[in-house]
Amino acid sequence: MAGRTLYDKLWDAHVVRENEDGTALLYIDRQLVHEVTSPQAFEGLRMAGRRPWRTDANLAVADHNVPTTDRRGGIADPVSRLQVDTLDENCAAYGITEFAMNDPRQGIVHVIGPEQGATQPGMTVVCGDSHTSTHGALGALAFGIGTSEVEHALATQTLIQAKSRRMLVEVNGTLPPGVTAKDIVLHVIGRIGTAGGTGYAIEFGGDTIRSLSVEGRMTVCNMSIEAGARCGMVAVDDATIEYMRGRPFAPQGDLWDQAVAYWRTLHTDPDAEFDRVVTIDAADIRPQVSWGTSPEMVAPVDGRVPDPAEEADETRREGIARALAYMGLEAGMPIGDIRPDKIFIGSCTNSRIEDLRAAADVVRGHRVADGITLAMVVPGSGLVKQQAEAEGLDRVFVEAGFEWREPGCSMCLAMNADRLEPGERCAATSNRNFEGRQGQGGRTHLVSPAMAAAAAIAGRFTDVRSL
Amino acid sequence: MEPLKQIDGIVAPLDRANVDTDAIIPKQFLKSIKRTGFGPNLFDEWRYLDHGEPGQDHSQRPLNPDFVLNQPRYEGASILLARRNFGCGSSREHAPWALFDYGFRVVIAPSFADIFFNNCTKNGILPVVLPEETVQKLFEETAAEPGYRLTVDLPSQTVTTPSGEGFGFDIDAFRRHALLNGLDEIGLTLEHADEIRAYEARRAREAPWLFTRSGA
Ligand code: SF4
Repeated sequence: MAGRTLYDKLWDAHVVRENEDGTALLYIDRQLVHEVTSPQAFEGLRMAGRRPWRTDANLAVADHNVPTTDRRGGIADPVSRLQVDTLDENCAAYGITEFAMNDPRQGIVHVIGPEQGATQPGMTVVCGDSHTSTHGALGALAFGIGTSEVEHALATQTLIQAKSRRMLVEVNGTLPPGVTAKDIVLHVIGRIGTAGGTGYAIEFGGDTIRSLSVEGRMTVCNMSIEAGARCGMVAVDDATIEYMRGRPFAPQGDLWDQAVAYWRTLHTDPDAEFDRVVTIDAADIRPQVSWGTSPEMVAPVDGRVPDPAEEADETRREGIARALAYMGLEAGMPIGDIRPDKIFIGSCTNSRIEDLRAAADVVRGHRVADGITLAMVVPGSGLVKQQAEAEGLDRVFVEAGFEWREPGCSMCLAMNADRLEPGERCAATSNRNFEGRQGQGGRTHLVSPAMAAAAAIAGRFTDVRSL
Repeated sequence: MEPLKQIDGIVAPLDRANVDTDAIIPKQFLKSIKRTGFGPNLFDEWRYLDHGEPGQDHSQRPLNPDFVLNQPRYEGASILLARRNFGCGSSREHAPWALFDYGFRVVIAPSFADIFFNNCTKNGILPVVLPEETVQKLFEETAAEPGYRLTVDLPSQTVTTPSGEGFGFDIDAFRRHALLNGLDEIGLTLEHADEIRAYEARRAREAPWLFTRSGA
């Protein structure tokens, strides 16, 4: 038998049955549930008189709507409050484990899953959220689903899925100083485009990817969906296994040993074939800044905003012109001349402890520039927040003029009170720079945590290496 | 899901092409935590003269007298007659939920947007594709005759007019089976419950840690 890719192995291990039309019924090991996409799924269960197939396979948390300011008094906005209360009620009714809003383990669903060891190598992981691809960093098959599928997974522990094609994105070589996992993935999306991964499951490989920490791999896999792929993944290695060790939901004792033996098989066989291979030299990657309204619209920090006049393709030319108009930028201007109004360090892409450390290292001993009206750090979870405080990072940020907030999605999508006003410009460590994503009329520039910190200090985008 | 075998009902004609999901249910109504109760906001922007917001008492809002669903002769309609590319736009399931909640069980059109077509069958609505000329003829007959009804029979896959004229339509076996038996996709999957249990038993031997949870 020909060798199999990591994706093939994960897929094969979960097929319950093959359907006549070529789809398969795929077993789901873990479902993460949050307040925005689950209410109608629970209502559907109730209306049909069904119960969850396996309550212990689910883990719930409210993250999208929760305030990031003091929330001991509850949520002021009635629509947000209703969604969070509904999640609490549904979890209580069906016996699903939930980290409630004021539980220290609460946080962004894609941060707490790995942090708790609730998402593991070899699992199929789903969540009603497109950034579920994050969990693929552990060598899992993890993808986002819609509300009907949330209900389907709750009721049957399975989903009907068609298999994707296989893509390998291979990054080799030593990363230049100041270049991080975020820059790798922005560079990849800039290269293959936001539809480049459509229909594919992406495996990220190569020695550069292997040299990343597991948290860095999460940043990369998180943005697979921005490249059009529903899932991204990295093979299991020693780093993955060390990451899993001792986590609350991780297997223990004999089961740990058995699990590790299995996890060690979760890599692509040497003779396996991919449908598409993209090779990238790490030495070519520089710190990235997105200038437009799509994650593929990126440039190196020492580069320039493109000039639509230089684009031959008419559709692309118009796309660039429209993006520049929305973003309030001039064609050809240096990226270094762009001045953000706000700084947002957070989101499921970049709010883990290593991200906060990287930002704090840049900030330490400096002050937020005068032109910046708000600089905020939103840790990915209560436990990340505790850890950061234990390391004194909160003081580094606060002394520099940052606000230090409670965990949640926050200004990544502006469903709570944190948002941009029309025309405001933000350096954000999140994953989407779509029109209005961070608030109607808001302008988002995607960057790494270190680059966001550097922009806060300099008052404009600047190469983190120059500070 | 309610089984759908035969629908004999009043026909409401919606004479526009490319009706998108935003028109079917505007986005301000999507923050709801329910999948029922969208009926009063079906086609909200066309149906009312004011701007709709969630939580209003819709019975007090000024109706647009020109909109088809507000005309007394179409009251109680359960069959929507539509034009080309019905249901284009986003993949939100609120659109079929709203149609269903209003009382529609069948939508007849020359073509449908792909995802919307799937979402209909998942939610108890039968989308019927008929040739453009046939749809045109049905529009004319509906206009000419107040109280015009059609009989849509799923087992025989036919639409029959009051004069007894019949038109066949296609639907794939999987969706037909689901609609006829009131099986949503979940119901269909649960027909394989034994296979799911067998998989679990085998997997629990191979990878027992996946079925013994530590932690909270
Ligand atoms: S942080 Fe942003 S991208 Fe991540 S789950 Fe929350 S809203 Fe979605």
